[in-house]
Amino acid sequence: MVQSVLRDAATAEARPTRWRSIATDWASDQRAFKQVSWGKAMMWIFLLSDTFIFSCFLLSYMTVRMSTTVPWPNPSEVFALHLFGQNIPLILIAIMTFVLITSSGTMAMAVNFGYRHDRRKTAILMLVTALLGATFVGMQAFEWTKLIGEGVRPWENPWGAPQFGSTFFMITGFHGTHVTIGVIFLFIVARKVWRGDFETGRRGYFTSRSGNYEIVEITGLYWHFVDLVWVFIFAFFYLW
Amino acid sequence: MAHAVDHSVPARQAPTAAGDHTQQHPIKLYLVVWAWLFVLSTCSYMVDYFQIQGYLRWSLILLFMFLKAGLIIAVFMHMAWERLALIYAILLPPAVVLVFLAIMIFEANYTLFTRLAFFVIGS
Repeated sequence: MVQSVLRDAATAEARPTRWRSIATDWASDQRAFKQVSWGKAMMWIFLLSDTFIFSCFLLSYMTVRMSTTVPWPNPSEVFALHLFGQNIPLILIAIMTFVLITSSGTMAMAVNFGYRHDRRKTAILMLVTALLGATFVGMQAFEWTKLIGEGVRPWENPWGAPQFGSTFFMITGFHGTHVTIGVIFLFIVARKVWRGDFETGRRGYFTSRSGNYEIVEITGLYWHFVDLVWVFIFAFFYLW
Repeated sequence: MAHAVDHSVPARQAPTAAGDHTQQHPIKLYLVVWAWLFVLSTCSYMVDYFQIQGYLRWSLILLFMFLKAGLIIAVFMHMAWERLALIYAILLPPAVVLVFLAIMIFEANYTLFTRLAFFVIGS
């Protein structure tokens, strides 16, 4: 009987341990995020703050779209391309989505090969990621050029509510800036990986500390976040 | 006795806690997720291509969006293998955005009402 009581107590206590681990981690001395380096934790916290920035953009877009009395331009027609003798709705945006998802896939594999100390594969996969990102920015530049040529401005457009232009340039412009910064960082880290900085313990130029392959994962976190934001922009701005 | 129970708890918890330190997973996992992201993106594009409208359109868009976001966060960003302390610290705060969303829906509806009541009819 005593044993059964003990067993019950043990199972009852086993259940809240996952929850208790949060309290234990947060209440512990010196560091709350166990098994996560400060670099990774800081990147996560930066991404959290960036989440709020993009949330504010998307919420302001929702607010102006809901409150305008003028009809909203149909994104399906606005972003259609005339290909093969017919109008294909939203095709450029779909291709951009596939390009960005592919770059996320190559980035995830680069992180994996980085932890295996496979310098060559890591650097090549990061370069592929960067080139796909640059392709994405190029396609976005094409899209902007096309829309500006058709008369879209932040204050007016030929199809309906003027807020369409302001939110479009704001949201896609901010996202494109993020992609561009990501591409630059991918090139920098890929160069370090290629040169073997993380094998020889060579000191970095900025903090003058020697790095390790975790920087590949941290760069990857940023890159996946850029892809993640695009998932939301694609759904709310282009498809809604 | 209570101590004995206490000590057994971390031991039982240990295999599930946090997993590998350096995030080492088979390449196949990434390829499978990649393929799923392609399929889900194609599905959400098809929603527009076949011009599905109304509540079905919005629910499908949201469904594919959340599935894609979940896959990217859980697998590509390795959130599925992190400790709960980090998961909740990062994933819970964005939920506050939903409150902001609700506030702005009220605000937008009110702005629309005032515009309809005072500008459109008069003009």
